Order: sequence, then C-alpha cells, then structure tokens
Amino acid sequence: MKNSMVISKTSMKAWIEHLGKDFRLIGPKPFQDRYVFGEFHDAAEIDLNYPAAMLPLKKILLPQREDLIAFGKTNGKAEPVLENRPTIVLGAHTCDLHAIASLDHAFLEGYIDQHYRSRREHTLWISLECLEPCSEHAFCKDMGTLVTPDKFDLHLTDLGDDYVIDIGSERGAALLHGFDAVREAGEDDYRQFDQVMSQKWSCFPYRLEVDFTDIPRLLATNYRSVLWDELGERCLGCGACTLVCPTCFCFNVIDEVDFSLHEGKRYRTWDSCQLNEFALVAGGHDFRPSRAERLRHRFFHKYKNQVATSGLAACVGCGRCAEACIANITPMEVLNSLHRRRVASARHKQEASPQ
Amino acid sequence: MIAAQTSTLETASLYLPLEARILDMRPLTQLEKLYTIALPEGMSLNHRPGQFVEVSLFGIGEAPISICSSPSQSGNTFQLCVRRVGELTSALHRLEPGDSIGIRGPFGNGFPIERFRGKDMLFAPGGLGLAPARSLINQVLDERGFFGRVIILYGARHPSELLFTEELSKWEKRDDVELHVTVDRPDDNWKGNVGVITTLFQKIQVDAPNTIAVTVGPPVMYRFVLVELLGLGKGIREGNIWLSLERRMKCGVGKCGHCQMNHIYTCLDGPCFSYAQIRHVEEALS
Repeated sequence: MKNSMVISKTSMKAWIEHLGKDFRLIGPKPFQDRYVFGEFHDAAEIDLNYPAAMLPLKKILLPQREDLIAFGKTNGKAEPVLENRPTIVLGAHTCDLHAIASLDHAFLEGYIDQHYRSRREHTLWISLECLEPCSEHAFCKDMGTLVTPDKFDLHLTDLGDDYVIDIGSERGAALLHGFDAVREAGEDDYRQFDQVMSQKWSCFPYRLEVDFTDIPRLLATNYRSVLWDELGERCLGCGACTLVCPTCFCFNVIDEVDFSLHEGKRYRTWDSCQLNEFALVAGGHDFRPSRAERLRHRFFHKYKNQVATSGLAACVGCGRCAEACIANITPMEVLNSLHRRRVASARHKQEASPQ
Repeated sequence: MIAAQTSTLETASLYLPLEARILDMRPLTQLEKLYTIALPEGMSLNHRPGQFVEVSLFGIGEAPISICSSPSQSGNTFQLCVRRVGELTSALHRLEPGDSIGIRGPFGNGFPIERFRGKDMLFAPGGLGLAPARSLINQVLDERGFFGRVIILYGARHPSELLFTEELSKWEKRDDVELHVTVDRPDDNWKGNVGVITTLFQKIQVDAPNTIAVTVGPPVMYRFVLVELLGLGKGIREGNIWLSLERRMKCGVGKCGHCQMNHIYTCLDGPCFSYAQIRHVEEALS
C-alpha cells in the first residue's frame, strides 16, 4: 500500500469522463432489483455500492455469444473476428478478479486462444475492496478471494468521502495520468485505510467447515459417495450454476448463416457440463448420462481437477451458483456434507475398533 | 484469403480452418466414404498415426475425424473415413471431388510408434475403429522390418459394413501379416468367421511380454477386448495395450471442455492412451 493515490468521491464523475475519452467503460448498473455489468458513459448510471452483479465478469472476456469467424459461403472468405476495443471495467469485486486468473489458465495455457487474449489484453480493471459481505451465499473468505490477486491494475477502497487507489500495474497507473483531481495518499489516509481494512475481516464469516486446501483430498476419497446420487435426484440439470459461474468456460461452437445465405458467422456460446448431451458423441454414446455424474463432474473439476492442473480452484466463492440454483444445491452444502460424513465415519470407525 | 503459412497450426485464430480440397472421394460402405484431401499450397499435414483433424463446412459446423492414412503414405495429401451420422457428415457425403472443406489440425497425441518398434503388433479394431487403426497399421507395414509379427483382428457387424476391403485382401495375401476378420451377422456369401471380435483371440498365440496391442472401437467393445488382452487372456502388460478413446472433441485444442475425463482433455492428452494410463481414471472406460 505504498504510493497510493486518493480521489474524492465528488471527483469520480470527472475521472469517469476522463477515462471515457479513451475507453469503453463497463460498470455495475442497477437492473430491475439487481445489478448487471454493462456499458456506461456517465457516473450516474452506475452504483459502486452494489452487492454482486448477476453475471460475472467472464461476460466481458468470454461473452455469452462471441463471433469467432466471419465466413462467406461462396467467396471463400474466412476471417477471424477479434474484439480489440480498449475497455475499462470499473467496480470489479476481488472474487471476480480472482476468477480471471482461472479463465487465463483455461484460455492462455497450452494453445493460446487469440479471441480471449485480444479481449484480455485490451481490458483494464479498476477493482473495489469489499468491506461487507454481499450475499448470504458468498464464501470468498474460505476461498481466499477476499483480497486482491497478485495482478491487478487499480484497486479502490472506500474511505467514506474518498477512495484510496492502490496501483497494481503500469497500465493502471497510466489511467491517472493527466487527471489532476487525485492526490498522493498521506499519513492520515493510510491510517484511515488501515482502520477500515482491519475492521472488515470480522464482518465476513467462514462458511466452509473444511479448509479449502483439504477439499481436493475430501473429493478424492468421495468419488463414490452416495451424496452424488442424492444430489442428482434433486438437481434439475438446468445449467444455471455454470452460466452464472465466473470461472466456468465451457462453450459450444455454432454456425449461423445470414438471410442472404452467402455470409455467416461461426460463433461460440456458453455451454454447460450440467446439460444433458454435453458429453454425447455422434455415435450415440453419452459419457455422462446421469445428473448425478454431471454434478459430480462439476464439483470435481472445480475443487480437485483444476487444482491439480493449475494450482487454482475453479471456484472463487462468489455464491452466485448457490443463489441461482432452484433446487437449492450449494457448494457449502455439498462440501460441508462430505466433510461431516467423513468426520462421522471416522468417529464411527474409532468407536468400533477395539482399543 | 488466408495468409501464406508453413504450419497448419499457425493461424490468426485457433478456430480458423484452412481451406483444403477434396481430391478424391469414394464410398467404402453404405455409410462410410473415404476422402483424399489436399491442404492449400502443397502444405503437409505432418501428422502422427492416431491423430485427428477438425473438419468443417461453413454454415453447417465442425466435427473431429480421425486421420486414416499413415504419415508414410500421406505426402501432401491425407485421408479421412467419414461415417454419415449427423448434419455435418451428411453434408460432407454430398460433396464432390474438387469441393473445398475446412481443416484444422492435426490434433491429439497419436500413438507413440517409436516405442512400439521391435515389438510384435497385435491390432484389434472394431467397426469404424479400423479407420484410425489403419493410420498406424500402414505405418507399421511401411516400416515392416522394425516390427516382429503383425497380427490384425478385425470385427464388423455385417459383411457389408467391412471397411477398406481392398486393403484387407492385400493384407490377407501378405505372408508377413496375420489377418483374421469376423462379422457378427453373416450374409449368404460370407465364408469367413462369424461372431464378435473377441472370438478371434482364440485363433492366435502371442508372445505377451513382447507384444503391443492396439484396439480401437466403441466403449462396449473395450470392455470385452480388454479381458482378452489382459491377465486372464493373453497376459499383455497394461502399458502395452493401447486404445483410442472417443469423446466429443468439439474444439480439438483443450478449450471447450466437452471431452474432459477428470483432469484429462481427451483432445490434448489423448485420444491415444495406454490402458495403464487410464485404468485408474474414473470416467475413462466406464
């Protein structure tokens, strides 16, 4: 927290105007009784004191529909479509920032996905410190996402009348160049910052009964748990959990021909491992036919398999899936149930064994 | 339209296919056609046996298809055997020589043929599994001196569904290839073996420690063929039994998520696996 800057809330409108000259701006906008990340031009359109946006920031880097190739049916045209508008996302919560590291792993490791990379390289993040829990379902504290990740651009902390701005990258620092209404943070600011920060931690509850570093092992020993069948009975297989998930990246690719029948787009669209037929092959074999198997696959991918391949859990504890699930299946319930059953079974064994 | 390039994988987008041309196509059965394909500007596919390409037609879609020609016989062309099962493959069947198709690849790991050299080769493909197996069989036959015995056990449901019949009769005539073919349901003209592929195993003796088995077929076939190959059958070591797994390899580059088996992307880490590699992977063979 050295070399931080301070901007007064009354100057935010001017800063946003300043940034809007060179960037497409995206921020949390009220929508019905919720919030969505959307394009805005004026500070009055957004509310930085928002709980959590309905859809996570993956919609900026991996939109629900993203054109990949523009093609001509008859003229042999085939051109990649790359999004390269300079963009600033203002107001990202730290859980959503952590999710980007997970998406980076999916799209920038191994073969590089140029479509994702182009959006990623052209987007800057002005994130926001969470000072109170945004949802009864969030377990960011358990997942270690309540603080900024190693890489960020600019990070704001609300000090009441001002925001203190932590500078995480050169690209972030450049967003303050040429804007006069910011000042260097002084001793009083740092003192106030420390006070606000040290008060926040106790506001956030731990919601997992198992330590998150222990989750891969918990799952490894519970592949055949009856819990999956029990959950499979409840799960409706609707895929809402994966759609609202900030780290879920599975997609389908679809061709669309326009009315002329000469030109068209090959685009990708969010897909879900929870949907029937996700693993169905042309020959007719479905490799994950039951809801129980598909739900287990989701949990294993999030909390074990991706940890093995990337070191990162594919979950940031934002709680969106829990909120979206109409069958009320939540990660807290699943992980805590497995943990409680493990504890109960260990106790049972201990009591049964002759000493 | 597409900038000059030297490798099929250097494109401005992972998802941008090269415009390839069909040089020849001919029916193998009612359902399968064999395509000979040339990449633009004399480019070579540089594939390994067991790899696949993503074949696409703009406006219809894209699907993973195994390369069925061996690198040794490919040069600047390669071959695909396409079964008509869906929208894309039906459209492919309606094309003519000279028509263009989109190709991305080659993708997947392929069989590690360099580790097979010096060994006896036992191939056990079933049905359409002969197509990917053929890329390896022909490579082995073109390097015949580097291998011991070559045994091919091939099963199809019906004589009319046998693929590559001309090649089968060539292999039949060779004295350095032991070929056994069976069909589940014979017709009036069929004079060969009758029964599922596992019935062919009793016809052969193998030197188990020195044998590599390669089996390619539908999931249900693996369950029974593995019994014949493992301890209770021929006694071939788990690491010497190779399979090619079918999954929905939609993107081919480990991004779209459809072909995941636990932590494995079939399209990147496979589709060729030894039984030792996957026997403990839940979801792989279940």
